Amino acid sequence: MNMNKPKSRPLDLKNGRVDMSHGAGGRAMAQLISDMFVETFDNEVLNREHDAAMVQLPAGRVVMSTDSFVISPLFFPGGNIGSLAVHGTVNDVSMAGAKPYYLTAGFILEEGFPLSDLAEIVKSMGEAAKEAGVAIVTGDTKVVERGHGDGIYINTAGVGVVPDGVDVCGDQAKPGDKILVNGTLGDHGVAVMSKRENLSFATEILSDSQSLCDLVGDMMKAVPDMRVLRDPTRGGLAATLNEIAHQSGVGVELYEKDLPIRPEVKSACELLGLDPLYVANEGKLIAICPADKADELLAVMQAHPKGKDAAIVGEVLEDSRCFVRMKTGLGGTRMVDWLAGEQLPRIC
Amino acid sequence: MKYIEEFRNAELAQGLSAAIKSEADPNRIYRFMEFCGGHTHALARYGVEDLLPRNVKMIHGPGCPVCVLPVGRVDEAVALATQEDVILCTYADLMRVPGTKYESLIKARSKGADVRMVYSTIDALKIAEENPDREVVFFAIGFETTTPPTAVALKQAQAKGLKNFSIYCNHVLTPAAMRAILGVHTPEGAPNVILDGFVGPAHVSAVIGMKPYEEFTTDYKKPVVIAGFEPLDVMQAILQLIRQTNDGRADVENEYARAVTPEGNVKAQALVDEVFELRDEFSWRGLGSVPLSALKIRPEFSEYDAELRFNVDLPEPKENKLCECGAILRGEKTPTDCTLFGTSCTPDNPMGACMVSSEGACAAHWTYGRFRSEAEAVEELAS
Repeated sequence: MNMNKPKSRPLDLKNGRVDMSHGAGGRAMAQLISDMFVETFDNEVLNREHDAAMVQLPAGRVVMSTDSFVISPLFFPGGNIGSLAVHGTVNDVSMAGAKPYYLTAGFILEEGFPLSDLAEIVKSMGEAAKEAGVAIVTGDTKVVERGHGDGIYINTAGVGVVPDGVDVCGDQAKPGDKILVNGTLGDHGVAVMSKRENLSFATEILSDSQSLCDLVGDMMKAVPDMRVLRDPTRGGLAATLNEIAHQSGVGVELYEKDLPIRPEVKSACELLGLDPLYVANEGKLIAICPADKADELLAVMQAHPKGKDAAIVGEVLEDSRCFVRMKTGLGGTRMVDWLAGEQLPRIC
Repeated sequence: MKYIEEFRNAELAQGLSAAIKSEADPNRIYRFMEFCGGHTHALARYGVEDLLPRNVKMIHGPGCPVCVLPVGRVDEAVALATQEDVILCTYADLMRVPGTKYESLIKARSKGADVRMVYSTIDALKIAEENPDREVVFFAIGFETTTPPTAVALKQAQAKGLKNFSIYCNHVLTPAAMRAILGVHTPEGAPNVILDGFVGPAHVSAVIGMKPYEEFTTDYKKPVVIAGFEPLDVMQAILQLIRQTNDGRADVENEYARAVTPEGNVKAQALVDEVFELRDEFSWRGLGSVPLSALKIRPEFSEYDAELRFNVDLPEPKENKLCECGAILRGEKTPTDCTLFGTSCTPDNPMGACMVSSEGACAAHWTYGRFRSEAEAVEELAS
C-alpha cells in the first residue's frame, strides 16, 4: 500500500483564477487561506487558524470601526484596493484619538478573478498592516459567480484603544477653535479618476493613501485635549466639515489662500470641472483644536513626514445654521455646501 | 502664463474693485446680466459679489444648457436610454437633471439603462465603434460652444461608415435667448427690460465672434462686453459696462481677446452650418417657446438624427405655476423672491431651470450665497 503523503499542487499565481471551489469550504479554500492569507499576514493570532481571534488589549476604552472597499480601478497610482482597505480602517480607528491594534479582513471574490492580482492585493495589505503596526487577526472569504461582483470587494474592521479622559469626536468643535489639515487635498480622488476607463489623462499625481496612526499618536501626545479628528474621504474636505459643523452645532470658516492643494490637482480639477474641496482623500486628516494649541499642533504635524505640508486652514464660528463658508483667495466669501448628489463635471 | 492663478489674483481684484467703486455712480443702480453659467459660477465661487458696490447688481442669465433644457427633453433622454440595445452618451451634468416625476438619467441607470458619461463627442464615437451591435445615441446639449464638436462627430461617423451612431440634437443659440430676454413687454405693450447691459459669453464668443451681438447695441441700446470665465475677467467686464453706461454708449467690447476674435472661429461656423439648420422654435425651460432659437440636423444627414431614428415624442409636461424661473432669468426677480426657493425647490430636489445645475441662478445662490440672505435682508430693511 502506498503510504506517501498526497502532494498538493501549489496555488498557480501566474495563470490561476478564483473559482467557486475557493469559497466552498473544501480543500481549495483551505489552501487559499493558508497559502495566501495566513502566510502573508503572518501573526501569532491568525496562525492558530481559529474561527475567532482571541486578542489582548491594553487598558482604556475599545474603539471599533468597519469599512467596505469597492474601488474601481482596483490598482491606482500610489496604491491598490488592498492597501486602501488597511489604511481606511486604521485611519477611522485613529480618528477617535485611538491607537489601532487589530484588523479583520473579509474578501468577496468574483469567480474568474486572477490569483496573481489577488496575491498582489493581499501582499499590499500585509505591508500596509505592518507599516501601521496592526495585525490582521481573522478573516473570511466568499466567492460569487462571475458577473455578480467587480473582481474583488474587501471589508475590514478594526479595533483600537483610546486612553480614558480623551474625547475626540465630531460633536466637540467649539467656536474659536482652529482647523488644521496634514497636507495636500484631493490627491487620491484625482489619481483614481486619472485611471478611470473613460477619463484617462496623463498625470503624475499619486494617491495619498496612507495610515495616519503614527501621526495621530504624535498629535495626541502634544495636544491631549484635541476636539475633533476626521479623515476627509468621500466628499472631501467640504463634506466632512459640513458633517462636523452639524454634529457640533457650529459654523466653519475656511481660508482659501491657506488650503494646500497641488498645482497638478488644481489643473486636473479645472480640466474636469471639479472642485478639489469635494475630491476624496485617503491619507489626510482634519484636526480641530483649541486656538491656543494650534501653533504647537502645527509644529508637531509638520515635523512628521506625513504632515510636512500641514496648515491651519480655518476656524470654528458660532452659527446656529451650521454653515461652512470660505474667505476666497479673491477676497470675497462663499458657502462651501454639501454636495447635491455625486460631483459631476460641468459642461462649460 | 499659467492661465489659472493669474486671473484669480487677489491684489488685481482689489484694484478692479476699487475702480468699480469709484466709477459707479452712487445715485443709480446698475443691473447687468452675465449670460453664461460659467460667469455665474465664477461670481459665486470666488465671492466676486462681495467686491462690488451694493448698487451694482448682477443678474444671472439663462446660459446654462442643462438648466434651460425643457423637462420634456429630459423625459425623452430617459425614454431613449431605456430602449433596448441603446447606449445613451451624454455630458455629465445632464445625468442628474430631473424630468417628469423626478426621473433622471442617473435613476434610469440604476434601473438598468446603459447611460455613459462622456467628456467629448469622440468618446461617444469610440463607444459606437466598440459596440457595433448596439445603438449609440449621443444626447447633444449646449450652446454654440459644444455644437461644433457634435458636428465633427457626425462627420466622422459618416466618414467611418458607422451605422449604429446617432445624435439627439438639443443645441441652442445664445443671441436668440438674449433677444427673448430683451423682447419681453408689459401687458401695456411697453418694453419691460431693466437690464443695463450684458457680460457676453466667453466660449460661445470664441466660436461665433463679436458680430452677432451688434443687434443688441443697435436695436436695444444695451452694451455687451464679452468676458472670460475667470473672476478678474468678469470684474474687468463689469468695469467696462459701468463706463459704457455712464457714457451713454452701447458697444460690443471684447475683454476676452486672448480667445475671442471679431470674426470668431470661421471653420467651426462653416462646419455647424453644413450639418445643422434652424428649428422654427424650441421650448426653453424658464423662457418658454423661443422662435429660431435652436438647431436641428439637416435632412442630408437625417440618418444620424436620433429624433427620426427613434420614436420618443412625448407630451410636453407643464412647469410648476409657482416657479419664478422666467422672471428670474429676465432679471425681474431674484431667487429669494420665489416662494419655492429653498423650500420645495433645492439642488437636491430642483423644480425649475435655475435650480437644476450649479450654474443656475437659484442653485448658485443656494449653494454659495445663502449665508448672505438674512444679513442682507436685515441690512436692506434698515436702509
